[in-house]
Amino acid sequence: MLIVLILFPLLAAALSYALPWYQGRSWVLAVSGAVHLLLSLWLVIPSPVPLGPWLGLDALSRLVLVVTSLLYSGCALYAVGYLNLRRDRGNRVIIPCLLVFLAAMTLAISARHLGLLWMAVEATTIASAPLIYYNRNRLSIEATWKYLLLCSVGIGLAMLGMLFVAYAALVGGSTPVSLQFDTLLAGAAGLSRPWLHAGFVFLLVGFGTKMGLAPLHTWKPDAYGEAPGMVGALLAGGLTSVAFLAILRAVQLMNAAGDGAMARQALLGMGLLSLLLAAIFMVRQPDIKRLLAYSSVEHMGILAIGVGLGGVATFGAMLHLVNNALTKGCLFLSAGNIQRAYASKKLSEVHGAMATLPLSGSLFLGGFLAITGSPPFGPFMSEFTILRGAFGSGHTLIGLVMLLLLAMVFIGMGATALGATQGEAVKLDTKFKDNFLLVAAPLFFLLLVLLLGVYLPAPLQTALKDAAALLEVKP
Amino acid sequence: MSTLLLLIVILINFYVLGSARLVACIRAVALQGALLSLLPLVAHGPSGHALILGVGALLFKGIFIPWLLLRAIREVRIRREVEPYIGFVPTLFLGALVTAGAFVFADFLPLAAEHHAGLYVPAALSTMAGGFLLLMTRRKAITQVLGYLMLENGIFIFAILLSAAIPLMVEAGILLDLLVGVFVMGIVLNQISREFATLNTERLTALKE
Amino acid sequence: MIGRIVLQLLILLMFAPLPLGVINKTKALFAGRIGPPLLQPYYDLARLWRKGFVFSRTTTWVFLAGPVVGLVVPVLACLLLPFGGLPAPISFHGDLILFVYLFGLSRFFTAAAALDTGSSFEGMGAVREVTFSCLAEPIVLFCLLVLAHGADSLTLGGLLGPQLTSFWHSPHAASLGIVLVCLFVVLLVENSRIPFDDPNTHLELTMIHEVMVLDHSGPALGMILYGAAMKLVVLGALVVRLALPLQTGWLIGDLLVFLVGILLLAVVIGVVESTMARLRLPRVPQVLVGTSLLSVFALVLALR
Repeated sequence: MLIVLILFPLLAAALSYALPWYQGRSWVLAVSGAVHLLLSLWLVIPSPVPLGPWLGLDALSRLVLVVTSLLYSGCALYAVGYLNLRRDRGNRVIIPCLLVFLAAMTLAISARHLGLLWMAVEATTIASAPLIYYNRNRLSIEATWKYLLLCSVGIGLAMLGMLFVAYAALVGGSTPVSLQFDTLLAGAAGLSRPWLHAGFVFLLVGFGTKMGLAPLHTWKPDAYGEAPGMVGALLAGGLTSVAFLAILRAVQLMNAAGDGAMARQALLGMGLLSLLLAAIFMVRQPDIKRLLAYSSVEHMGILAIGVGLGGVATFGAMLHLVNNALTKGCLFLSAGNIQRAYASKKLSEVHGAMATLPLSGSLFLGGFLAITGSPPFGPFMSEFTILRGAFGSGHTLIGLVMLLLLAMVFIGMGATALGATQGEAVKLDTKFKDNFLLVAAPLFFLLLVLLLGVYLPAPLQTALKDAAALLEVKP
Repeated sequence: MSTLLLLIVILINFYVLGSARLVACIRAVALQGALLSLLPLVAHGPSGHALILGVGALLFKGIFIPWLLLRAIREVRIRREVEPYIGFVPTLFLGALVTAGAFVFADFLPLAAEHHAGLYVPAALSTMAGGFLLLMTRRKAITQVLGYLMLENGIFIFAILLSAAIPLMVEAGILLDLLVGVFVMGIVLNQISREFATLNTERLTALKE
Repeated sequence: MIGRIVLQLLILLMFAPLPLGVINKTKALFAGRIGPPLLQPYYDLARLWRKGFVFSRTTTWVFLAGPVVGLVVPVLACLLLPFGGLPAPISFHGDLILFVYLFGLSRFFTAAAALDTGSSFEGMGAVREVTFSCLAEPIVLFCLLVLAHGADSLTLGGLLGPQLTSFWHSPHAASLGIVLVCLFVVLLVENSRIPFDDPNTHLELTMIHEVMVLDHSGPALGMILYGAAMKLVVLGALVVRLALPLQTGWLIGDLLVFLVGILLLAVVIGVVESTMARLRLPRVPQVLVGTSLLSVFALVLALR
């Protein structure tokens, strides 16, 4: 069943490539997104199926799958409206690439073999490069080149990390050596320590590049800034979650081997650094999409800190993964609308968005409030949980630093976001108007985030707990 | 036999680090890939797995990818890497330094007993380091792709030690990823040269804070 | 002892010009020509010897000392070296240093003779020659160090002794292979062959070695050519011994292996010269530095 989930986007990609009808191709994308969501829910809701040797869904991947699929289906719906605005660009490349991207993400989420996981993550890099190059100008090519090269090299290092893990098994004397994840977990105690540690570091650096943890985040502002809004949303909400999942696999392995403390230390360090760098670069950021990119770096940092702290904070991190993905979806899509309307994403030209574009502007402002952790939105709950974990487990200093940096982010991001949304209405040169397709998805995401902030449904809570339990050190 | 192959691989690293002619560099990296494709057979004897892996690596690393790159530079008409960030002789020195370092370092690694004598680990480390050097010191986008390929070659050497752990399907996927990746990079190269009329990456600095 | 010295000298003196003929023949074959006869270098030497000396009035005794030293040095050097399976006639602790610096001496006198003419072209050639040699010298020393490490001996005879066969089969064969490549490069540089220098060039701006001997004529030029031919054989002997460490055990067999090896080497040089272009002058030091690094690398490998 899972294999269908991976293969049908590929089929849809082939179909959309062959289809000679512009609007039809767009709708293939939207329908595929919806079908993917339905199939995922259908796979996830019933009682867990046993894990296969290659593919399988555990609690972590179930969570990431649903989040990614939800985000993707929203973005796919948005894409119909967006691509309609940009008929001159054509959609014969972007739609198949988006669909292949979906397949690769699904494969990466459900892979139970480290080699397969690596392959899928590299495939996401390749499939998303043309998406970033969609605008075909000098800036987007620069962003694409940096993204492609940095992520490819990063992923190469992750491959090395994976090989080191296999070597740890070899030196540890397990036969046959296998990179099958469950086999590795079962034999984790016998892994050779130095090689396992080296492997973890390389996996963290490799997938951390993909996830955009500082100091490996340098491609992020460029790529997110130059890609179309919906691609930014998919990268910031979907791909980063997938890369985070890959890092969590390494953490699981370290936990099983009894070296979880080292993994946590590393995550905490990188998380705090991400938070710090993002906060610094967000102050006086004149570009709303680069601002969102740094916000993504910041939230990746929060995720890493959450898992690094352990305990309640891990639960918070899982919840934050959901919140971050949905909020980023809302923000990037509405920012995309604003950019279309103003034909710019620079603060020097974008102001008064709320008055000019009441819906998109308000959504952007709402998204801003949500992502900076204002109540009553979901991220407030999850960040609060992580902070509670920090203070509760005696990491008072980390908690204080995090609070300080979050405040700094709020002020820095607020200056730009409020500057863009507040003020007099502007006479636009473009013919852009908010319409249902362009507003439905971000609105839906924002409402979901709002709902999550007010009420956490029991099934979701169980799912989050199960996912967090996988990351706990078993006695 | 494996020692000889790996030695040539290391020598090719030096050659690529010291050479300015792009076509020669691409050919050298292609040769490196082709030599590496023999390695599974040499290391594990003629089994089906090794044979398929070898043929796959030969096709991808030795033929398709170099062909793609050669085509790319033919279209953009550039022949030489001029003015690297760090000159050729210093890069060579650095290369020798990291290679020597790799050899020394490999002795300290807690390797499995059967891997202590061979050149696999030091060759893998030095090829990866060479790839990194190339990535960092050169201006032309195409040389950076070559650096990436060298990095992958180094990882490939290490992977051969572990080919039991990596099923054929995954190997095939990895090679395919590499091929498509280079293909996409080739397209981007082409676009860069069309857009900027050069392949120097120092022109790609518009995006910054 | 005396018998060995005489035998080795006889081989060197009689045999030296032949490899040059083989190189030229190989190049001619590659170019699709018939080429000069194999024994042409002998005819050239005989012709030069019959002519008279011509000395410029500005020159001093140094001008003649160049060719003479150039002729004597390879003869001396060959006595330190085993020819194939024949053990070295003279051997003492540390003779490898003497071997390296004998050639340094000859280079000094050749360069001095070139400067003695007072011509700017000769000076330029001398500068280039000395620069390249000084870059080539560390390569030789590092290579000899590798061999010394492998043989646990500091005499040339010991380095190139019968243990080479087992060296090739040990895990350190890799470093020996690199040493072989490095020494081959040195051979090409020291004998001013393509890709470092073109023995046939007649454009002063690109000449290196040849420009230094422009002013010599008659028997002096003959001495230079003869000395160069012997230098090729002596350095070649080093490479051949490394590449073909066969030991038949009887004199004629060892001798044959050596002679065939030298001729094969000449063919290889001919092939290299026919297939490669001459390097641009600024590239030559780069390649030499690269080769020295390679020899350092060989040492690292050997010490491992």
